[in-house]
Amino acid sequence: MNSTVINIEKAVVSYREDVALRGVSLEVHSGEFVGIIGPNGAGKTTLLTIVNGLGKLLSGRVWVLGNYLTGGNGYSLRKKVGYVAQVQNIDPRMPINVREVVMIGRYGLLGLLRRPGKHDWKIVDEMVELVGMSHLARRPIGHLSGGEQQRVAIARCLAQEPEFFLLDEPTASLDWKAQTDILELVKQIHGSRQLTTLFVTHDLSCLPVACNRVVLMKEGLIWGQGSPGKLLTDDNLSQLYDMSILEVKKRRGENILV
Amino acid sequence: MDLSIFGYQFMQNAILSAFLGGIACGAIGVFVVLMHMPFIGVCMSHAAFAGALLGLWLGFNPLVGAFALSLIAAAIVGPLADRGELSPETSVGVIFSLMLGLAFLFMGLMPGTKSGALELLWGSILTNTRGDIILLGIVTIAVVSVVFLFYKEIKATIFHRDMALSVGIPATLMVYGILFLTGATITASLRSIGGLLIFSLILNPAAAAYQLTYSMKRMFLLSAGFGVFSGWMGLLMSYLFNVPSGATIVVTSSLIFMLAAIFSPKRKVKGWKTKPVLEAGGE
Repeated sequence: MNSTVINIEKAVVSYREDVALRGVSLEVHSGEFVGIIGPNGAGKTTLLTIVNGLGKLLSGRVWVLGNYLTGGNGYSLRKKVGYVAQVQNIDPRMPINVREVVMIGRYGLLGLLRRPGKHDWKIVDEMVELVGMSHLARRPIGHLSGGEQQRVAIARCLAQEPEFFLLDEPTASLDWKAQTDILELVKQIHGSRQLTTLFVTHDLSCLPVACNRVVLMKEGLIWGQGSPGKLLTDDNLSQLYDMSILEVKKRRGENILV
Repeated sequence: MDLSIFGYQFMQNAILSAFLGGIACGAIGVFVVLMHMPFIGVCMSHAAFAGALLGLWLGFNPLVGAFALSLIAAAIVGPLADRGELSPETSVGVIFSLMLGLAFLFMGLMPGTKSGALELLWGSILTNTRGDIILLGIVTIAVVSVVFLFYKEIKATIFHRDMALSVGIPATLMVYGILFLTGATITASLRSIGGLLIFSLILNPAAAAYQLTYSMKRMFLLSAGFGVFSGWMGLLMSYLFNVPSGATIVVTSSLIFMLAAIFSPKRKVKGWKTKPVLEAGGE
């Protein structure tokens, strides 16, 4: 077994009255591809935010890349963690182009008062090329489609040369082709770089085939985990989504057209 | 046209004030426009006006009052809007009218002549003193140096704050730093442009620049340029037609915005995919 890179111990997170995580423990090993699924409001995104130090723990602790997360070391940690969120609403007139957006991935690493040099631009251009966006490199970011913007977001993460990769519903609100393109790209990146990847989705059909392990979340708790084949049974899904087994069978049977 | 007026000390002071104020307001405007926070700026400028009147009434330096109250307004509105507790429209409605109410209250409580107060309302760049210019100079240098030194952090924060945070940039600190500079700029330009008008000199040049370029660097430069031009043109108009300078400066900046909006290449966004209208800048 590879070494542990993330160890979450009994994490509790709450926003005002709502408890988002109610004592979650999870261990992730180097090079793993973990899919985190569950209904809306299960605490999936919160789980990612405590891994990159943006979420605040009420109790429990999180150990990432050799250190326990404290209020103070979040910045240095985030420089090593790539984070892709959902498609964002970007103003089409925003004066910033694709290459510049990818370069932002390197800004944290560069640190204050240092300007990007030739080496940084070289990495940026390689990553833009890798995600297949070279032909749009000088377009304003707001002019790109949702799928193209997500490719750029992935390039930005890779430009960060991250230790691991957090993806929070990266395919939500994309059309089918763009969804499958992004999933393929993520899979390819994980395969070629053995980059530890945490992939959050509420959409079962968007769970990449490359997942080694699936974590099911519900109401702020980890409700089960294991290999995708074993875990994603009609029985488990019926409990996860509070539906009858018959209903789950029916929907799983009929909703996949492609 | 008799231009010998430009030989006088007060006119040179005014020209210099317009230059410095135009640069500072233009640069601050880029933040305001791109971070979608005009509501905070409006609240802050009216708070500055109220603060200055408080100073006049109680007999301390009006600019100290202006600076303090505009920062207080930012400190109230910023976090409220940040945490999503109040929609920007609601908070601007509440704070903006409160500040204007306070301003008129202080004006009413003030004994004696109100000419000093009225001057702060619409500004009088022609009576700027050496002290005013030094203050404006310091603030302008501070704004320009911050933009220059922290350009990449600012760019990332302006583009997307959560994303800037997620790559390890202290984006929250940047946002509050920007609000602080906004308060300082408003305060330093208050005497020249006036509390009710200052915000258009912040918003209009940047909004005009926004229509014209896809490069953030050029947007800063254009915005500062428009700010200075508005100041100088407004000053000239004010002299020629003998009307308050704050008003002519603001009207000029609005005209620039209208022209930019009419001739904006960004209105042709649809045609972009087939034929690039503008090449976005980059390093």
